[in-house]
Amino acid sequence: MRIILALLSGSLFGAGLALSGMADPMRVRAFLDLLGPWDPTLAFVMGGAMIPMALAWLVQKRIERPIADQQFNLPETRGIDGKLALGAILFGIGWGIGGLCPGPALASLALAPAAVAPFVLAMLGGMALHRVTSRP
Amino acid sequence: MIPGFPDAQPVAGLIGGLMIGVAAAIMLLGLGRIAGVSGLAARAVGFTHGGAPRSVAIAFILGLPLGALVVALLSGGVPASYPAPALLIIAGLIVGYGTRLGSGCTSGHGVCGVSRLSRRSLTATALFMGSGFATVAILRLAGLV
Repeated sequence: MRIILALLSGSLFGAGLALSGMADPMRVRAFLDLLGPWDPTLAFVMGGAMIPMALAWLVQKRIERPIADQQFNLPETRGIDGKLALGAILFGIGWGIGGLCPGPALASLALAPAAVAPFVLAMLGGMALHRVTSRP
Repeated sequence: MIPGFPDAQPVAGLIGGLMIGVAAAIMLLGLGRIAGVSGLAARAVGFTHGGAPRSVAIAFILGLPLGALVVALLSGGVPASYPAPALLIIAGLIVGYGTRLGSGCTSGHGVCGVSRLSRRSLTATALFMGSGFATVAILRLAGLV
């Protein structure tokens, strides 16, 4: 049940990314390009995604546990530290250079595997580097 | 479609965005977890041992290209153009490291955290949006875009 729901969620997520134009790095970069021919599409995608999720958070507050698990496992919402800030700033730099974030990059493995492979492999390398350097 | 923005796709963007939101809602209400792609990807490949069960992470991550493939087959192809491979490698390294250090990306912080009004996610989203805008502005001023 949990695996089916996760596969359904991932598939719907990937389909939404492909349909919305977010699997096109140049379109994403055009959203970030305020000094160039600005493309506001990404704002519509984010706005669209907010509607079901805002409703879902309202429901989440009123139920004791999720449908297919014993309890909610949710991250902290408070406690802003240097790691959060530096990580987010770095992510934005990479997002601006490549026009890709993790979701569209992984979804694009089915659309343009040869073109997106350098990004995905480097991204996994960056994640591995974090794992190695953050060990106690 | 929008005057002044000939390349914008507001309707496709909104529909795709709604699908992404429903997908994230399935993770939240079905599995009790955040649909954060960077965290689930790291979990799927074994870079972290906390968070969702590995089978759940693998199923979600495999779903991403599967769903995109269905759209490509039904629509006759999804257009995309890419920066040069050297730029993609630099970008990928920074995105991979940064999303792990900052505990999330556009999906976990941007979609799930902002809609939750999480202070951590609102801060992270403002910072990665801001540094994204600044990065592309610098690239443009340097003549690289």
